[in-house]
Amino acid sequence: MRSLTRSNVFWPLIALVALLAVNVAARPGFLGVRMQDGHLYGSIIDILRNTSPILLVAIGMTLVIATRGIDLSVGALVAIAGAVACTQIAASPSPGSAATVLIAIGTAVLVCLVLGVWNGFLVSVVGIQPIIATLILMTAGRGIAMLVTGGQITTVNSPLYKSIGAGYLLTLPVSAIIAGVVLAATALLTRRTALGTLVESVGINPEASRLAGVRARSIIWTVYVFSALCAAIAGILISSNVTAADANNNGLWIELDAILAVVIGGTSLMGGKFSLTGTLIGAFIIETLRITVISLGIAPEVNLVFKAVVVILVCLLQSPVVQRRFRARRRAVAQEHGEAVEVVA
Amino acid sequence: MATRTTPPGPGPGIPAPVHDAQAIVRMTGIVVEFPGVRALQGVDLVLRAGEVHALLGENGAGKSTLIRALTGVRPPDAGQIEVDGRPVAIHGPAQAQALGISTVYQEVNLCPNLSVAENIMLGREPRRAGGIDWRRMRRQAAEVLGRLNVDIDPASPLSAHSIAVQQLVAIARAMQVDARVLILDEPTSSLDADEVAELFRVMRGLREDGVAILFVTHFLEQVDEIADRITVLRNGARVGERRTSEMTRLELVSMMIGRELAVLEDIAQDAESREEAAARSGDGSAPTPFVRAIGLGRRGSIEPFDLDVYPGEVVGLAGLLGSGRSELARLLFGADHADSGTLEVDGAPVRLRTPRAAIGERIAFSSENRKAEGLVEDLTVRENIVLGLQAARGWARRVPQRKQDELTAHYIEALGIRPANPEALVRNLSGGNQQKVLLARWLATAPRLLILDEPTRGIDVGAKAEIQKLVHDLALEGMSVVFISAELDEVLRLSNRIAVLRDRRKVAEIVNGPDVTARDVLELIASGGQE
Repeated sequence: MRSLTRSNVFWPLIALVALLAVNVAARPGFLGVRMQDGHLYGSIIDILRNTSPILLVAIGMTLVIATRGIDLSVGALVAIAGAVACTQIAASPSPGSAATVLIAIGTAVLVCLVLGVWNGFLVSVVGIQPIIATLILMTAGRGIAMLVTGGQITTVNSPLYKSIGAGYLLTLPVSAIIAGVVLAATALLTRRTALGTLVESVGINPEASRLAGVRARSIIWTVYVFSALCAAIAGILISSNVTAADANNNGLWIELDAILAVVIGGTSLMGGKFSLTGTLIGAFIIETLRITVISLGIAPEVNLVFKAVVVILVCLLQSPVVQRRFRARRRAVAQEHGEAVEVVA
Repeated sequence: MATRTTPPGPGPGIPAPVHDAQAIVRMTGIVVEFPGVRALQGVDLVLRAGEVHALLGENGAGKSTLIRALTGVRPPDAGQIEVDGRPVAIHGPAQAQALGISTVYQEVNLCPNLSVAENIMLGREPRRAGGIDWRRMRRQAAEVLGRLNVDIDPASPLSAHSIAVQQLVAIARAMQVDARVLILDEPTSSLDADEVAELFRVMRGLREDGVAILFVTHFLEQVDEIADRITVLRNGARVGERRTSEMTRLELVSMMIGRELAVLEDIAQDAESREEAAARSGDGSAPTPFVRAIGLGRRGSIEPFDLDVYPGEVVGLAGLLGSGRSELARLLFGADHADSGTLEVDGAPVRLRTPRAAIGERIAFSSENRKAEGLVEDLTVRENIVLGLQAARGWARRVPQRKQDELTAHYIEALGIRPANPEALVRNLSGGNQQKVLLARWLATAPRLLILDEPTRGIDVGAKAEIQKLVHDLALEGMSVVFISAELDEVLRLSNRIAVLRDRRKVAEIVNGPDVTARDVLELIASGGQE
């Protein structure tokens, strides 16, 4: 029990359960899932599907934040990925063919990778602060997306493309499966190789890591490219779900949701130890929050106030002052119970 | 707070203060405690009008803490501060300034994008009708600059001037409030010779005006040149206060380094291993040095130097803080780029652009700055030990879990790391154990040259002896070691050869032996290698 309450994801998990409980209280059938048209159907399934883009962007953001960085450009990259994919499909004589869709997705991913290389270059080689370096693309990116779509909302009519964001596979939303696969692959990549430890090491102490022989620069560069890749996939999911590329609105503010998901999940903006499980829970919390406001019938503008309250709470809990209080309290409690405190003088 | 525990009369061992008409500031029995550490244990300091008083001591001796006590940044836990013979409690820099005590810190704490005048007058701008009286502000700034004989345009932006001039502007700012006591915390550390001369000219002018100057520095030549009086601190205690004219350089160095000369000469010498090592070392018996530096140097950091390190040899670097010990080590490791000279490994020239390249040549470097440049504190003991090896293998080839556990268990056992818990966060270990973790990281990469910068600083005596023994054993096994320590007896005990550094220059190199004494090395440091 003790190890559970001490776990980093304990409080986020409690928050998620509490949010779900509020929904169940308001609408007892909230957790119900039934089969309809050959796939699962229910609020929970909606949450699964709608969380996917945030989760994808947040996975990339987790690694960036672990290196003490931040990537503000992901929302713009989401728009660019959607714009590139949709304009290609719309221009194709056979929008429904697998080849068209694959080429469109491939191009969108490639474009975003190039932009990720740009971000990484600015941060790791030129040494610009991440918040400024990625702000460049955050601002310019939507302009690029606008150029690609010619300033129009580009709608596509491709059942295959639509199935990525809105379809079902083995009764589950395809988008949720994609996000799950990316999450699992990232977990494997970071935890089964040494990448996770090296990312944390660079985030905690870049200079010590450099002197220990870690390729700090390449690692930082790589996480920005990876973040762009995640944003590209998210962009494809979003544009596919609405079968349109809207340069102005696709992925609007998703970078803030993603940062919030990462921070709620227990990864500190100071860099270092990261938790993909925490990010998963954080992403669910944000989407459930939104659903809660809607299902309780509160005006959507309150959603933002809700989010604000959550942000404030999380920031307070993470602040050095509160953390010190917590530690002092825990130590005091431990000493009361006559336990050895794990600090060696 | 500051005077709470002041004893009613002079404490034991403290002579009753003789009334000194010149004394502006008199600090008596100053004690400052941090959790678990007594940073200052009853230090006395007297600052007199029209005198430059040098405050000397190695790192951690308590110089900064004493300055903080005087400026109210960290009021003392016990002891008394008198200004003009009246006891005062100083609770903040503003209060210190009101008493006429101004400080110029090592890093220039000014705003580069503001003008010189704005910087000098910041926070005390002359006002007129609710706004700032710019003309008067420039005039007042010009007055104080004129008093210092600094000829620059008060309206020019600060960033247009060199660091040295910015330093002078900082002094002008400090003097603008009619300071009678000026504290200069290592003002010369980033200045070249001409700039230092300019600074000294200004300091002499202030001295003639009757200002008391407290001057913190590491450069002994500068002390000789400018200081009237010297106070030396060591381990939070005052070793002594002397007039500069009454003191030889040798006395000064031995006061700073810490052993009385007689005691130093008595240190038992590990004669047997010394001779053994001498046979192994560079008397022509060893074929080629593992590492050879030829004219290696870096401007502003260390003058070009030659150095050979043979296999199985311990080369000690002796010198005071700021003498270029660490800078030399960083060049050998590629942590900084050399801008002159060449480095040969096994007789072949190499260019070490990154630490990674040095590690590829099997050179390891443990920085003196354990926390900032060594440990990754929020990772575990295991992760820290494996980090060097893992970095060399690249991220894709993770060191297998079993190998990690074996390595960690091996080094915890071999070096006696406590707690013996591979998953403990390094943050929670004591200094000595952290140092052992760092050593383990490098030993795990099987280096041929191990550069240790102050590996025993700030750790307890037991761990110190263990680390010395380890260095000795590693050299016997054929590893080359470059050993840097502020403690001369340590360097003497371990080294086969000793390179002596002073003022960022290698000034001498001696083969260590039973007849080499601490006194010899001290004399070399003091004389700068010139007989």
